Amino acid sequence: MNIVVCVKYVPDATADRHFESDNTVDRVGVPGLLSELDEYAVEQALQLKEKAEGEEVEVTALTVGPDEASDAIKKALQMGADKGIHVVDDAIAGSDSLATSQVLAAAIEKIGDVDLVVCGMASTDASMSVVPAMLAERLDLPQVTLGSVIERQGKEFRIKRDGDTSTEVIGATAPLVLSVTDQSGEARYPSFKGIMAAKKKPLESWSLEDIGVDAGKVGLDAAWTAVEGTEERPPRTQGEVVTDEDGSGAKALVEFLASKKFI
Amino acid sequence: MSEVLVLVDHVDGKVRKPTYELLTIAGRLGEPSAVFIGGAEAADGVVEAVKKYGAEKVYVVDDAEIKGYLVAPKAEVLQQLAEKLGDSGPAAILIPSSAEGKEIAGRLAIKLSSGLITDAVDVQAGDGGPVTTQSVFAGNYTVQAKVTAGTPIITVKPNSAAPEESEGAGAKEEFAATISDSAKKAKIIASQPRAASGRPELTEAAIVVSGGRGTGGKFEPVEDFADSLGAAVGASRAAVDSGWKPHAFQVGQTGKVVSPQLYVANGISGAIQHRAGMQTSKTIVAVNKDEEAPIFELVDFGVVGDLHTVLPAATEEITKRKG
Ligand SMILES: Cc1cc2nc3c(=O)[nH]c(=O)nc-3n(C[C@H](O)[C@H](O)[C@H](O)COP(=O)(O)OP(=O)(O)OC[C@H]3O[C@@H](n4cnc5c(N)ncnc54)[C@H](O)[C@@H]3O)c2cc1C
Ligand SMILES: Nc1ncnc2c1ncn2[C@@H]1O[C@H](COP(=O)(O)O)[C@@H](O)[C@H]1O
Repeated sequence: MNIVVCVKYVPDATADRHFESDNTVDRVGVPGLLSELDEYAVEQALQLKEKAEGEEVEVTALTVGPDEASDAIKKALQMGADKGIHVVDDAIAGSDSLATSQVLAAAIEKIGDVDLVVCGMASTDASMSVVPAMLAERLDLPQVTLGSVIERQGKEFRIKRDGDTSTEVIGATAPLVLSVTDQSGEARYPSFKGIMAAKKKPLESWSLEDIGVDAGKVGLDAAWTAVEGTEERPPRTQGEVVTDEDGSGAKALVEFLASKKFI
Repeated sequence: MSEVLVLVDHVDGKVRKPTYELLTIAGRLGEPSAVFIGGAEAADGVVEAVKKYGAEKVYVVDDAEIKGYLVAPKAEVLQQLAEKLGDSGPAAILIPSSAEGKEIAGRLAIKLSSGLITDAVDVQAGDGGPVTTQSVFAGNYTVQAKVTAGTPIITVKPNSAAPEESEGAGAKEEFAATISDSAKKAKIIASQPRAASGRPELTEAAIVVSGGRGTGGKFEPVEDFADSLGAAVGASRAAVDSGWKPHAFQVGQTGKVVSPQLYVANGISGAIQHRAGMQTSKTIVAVNKDEEAPIFELVDFGVVGDLHTVLPAATEEITKRKG
C-alpha cells in the first residue's frame, strides 16, 4: 500500500504571525513548523502502516511550500515516514487553495499508484479545511474526511465523522482521500533513533516543471481571489478583575452583567 | 438583477437560522434564490420559511437519491443549477460555513473554475462583486477579500448578519440533478443525530457560557448559570478530552469558533487554541481561581475565585432579579 501524507509548513501560531505588504502571509520571516494538525495525519498513516501485518506499506510525506518547508518533511521523516517530496518553485508563492490543491494533485499523480492520501483537518494558518475535498475532486477519488476514528479492512475504510448535527460513519474503498481530526489520537514524538534514521531517508525536491503544472496557473497573480486589505485587530485590553471574598465575586459579576444589559 | 444562490441549511426540513442570515446577505448582492436539497415532503414548509426572508425562488432538489452519500453529490447539484442559469448568473453562491458546507464549496469551486472564500463574517456588495470580511490568525487580523474569477463562492459563518424579514415571491421550482457514479463513492453507513439540548446552538447563541478543566467534570454550575442567562454551553478541549462533554461543545481552533455578544469562560486557562475560538466575542468574562491565568488578559470583567462557589451564587442572584 502506498500512502501519501500531505503536510504543510506553517508560521508558528505562538509567534507573531502577520501579513506582508502584498497581503500574503509572511511564511519566511516568522519561525515555522509542521502544522500541528498534520502531525495527526502523519500519526494515522504510521499507525496504518504498523497495523498492516505482512503487507508492504510505504509512507511518503508531501509538502508544497517555500525552501523552509522541507523542515515539515523532516519532522514527518523523524516521526517515521519513509520518504519525502517537497514541491518548491518561486512561482508557487501566494497560491490559494485552488492552486495548492492543483499542485498537490499533480504531485500525487506523479508519485503514482497511490492507495491513500492522508491530510490534516485544516492548516493552522489559513485553516480553510478545503484542500482534502479539493484533492478528492481533482483526483476523482472518494472523499472520507474529518475522521476521528479510522478503521481499515483491506481496501475498505470506515471513519467516524462528528458532524454539526450528527455523528456519522462514512465508508469507501481505496484509493481514497482521508482527512483526520485532532481527536484521532495523539501524535508521537520523534525518538532519538527516529531523528538519526531520518537523516538517511530520501527527500526529493520537485519543481512545477517536474510535475507538469503551468507556472502561470499558480501563485499570487493567478489566484482566483484577491485580498483587498488586512487590518490588525486592536489587542484586547484587560478590564476589571476582582477577587472573590465571601460572595463578593458573584455580586460584582452580576452587577457587571446587568450594567451591560445581559440580565 | 442576477440570482444569488443560497444553500439552505436544515435538519430534516427544519430550516436553521444561518439560512435566514444568508438570504439577508443575498438580498444585498442580487435576487435571493434558496436551494433546498432534502426530502420532497418537507419542501412546502421550507418554501414558506425562506420566502419570509426574501427568497424570490426556491429550487427544490429531492435528495432521495443522494442522501446516503457524503458532500460530493451536493456539489454536483449546485454546479448543475449554476450552469443552468447560464451566463447571466448566479451573481454569487452562498453556503453555510459548516464543515460540510466548506467541503461542498471547495469541490464546487473546482467544478465551476471559480474563486472561493471561506468563513466570511461579513459580505457587502462592492463595485466588482461581493466584498467579504474574514477574521484570521486566531482573530488577530481582519481581511477584506473578493473573488476575481468565475462565480463568487462564499461560505458564511453563523451570526454574520441579522436576519431581516422581507416577503419574497417564494416561487417553487423542482430541479432534477444528474448525480454521477463517482460522486457516490463515499457512503454514509450510519448516522446518529445529536440529541437536542434545549439550549441555543453554540455558534448561533448571543451568550455562550463555557467550562474547562477547572470544573473538575462537574458541569452543573456552568449549565445552571448558562440557563439563567438563556445561553449556549461550550467547553474547552481539556473538558472534551476528559469525556465531560461531546466534541460538538468544543470551542476553539479545532472546535467551534464563536463570536457571541457575551462569552463567559469558567475554569479555562485561555490557551491560544481556545482563544482562537472565542476572542472576537463582543464582551468576555472569566471566572478562574488563578489570578495569573492568561484568560484574564482578554477579559472585560474577571473574577478570581472558585467557579463552584461563584457561579451558583451568581445564578441565584440572577434568578432573583429576573423574578
Ligand atoms: C492542535 C491543538 C488543537 C487544540 N484545539 C483546542 C480547541 O479547539 N479548544 C480548546 O479549548 N483547546 C484546544 N487545544 C488545547 C489547548 O492547548 C489547552 O490545552 C486547553 O484549552 C486547556 O483547557 P482548559 O483551559 O480547560 O484547561 P487548563 O489549561 O488545565 O486550565 C484549567 C483552568 O481552570 C482553573 N481552575 C481550576 N480549578 C478551578 C476552580 N475550582 N474554579 C475556577 N477555576 C479553576 C485553573 O486555574 C486553570 O486556569 C488544542 C491543542 C492543540 C495542540
Ligand atoms: N501547501 C500544502 N502542502 C501540503 N499539504 C497541504 C498544503 N496545504 C494544505 N495541505 C493539506 O490539506 C489540509 C487542509 O488544509 P487547508 O484546506 O488549507 O485548511 C492540511 O491539513 C494538509 O494536510
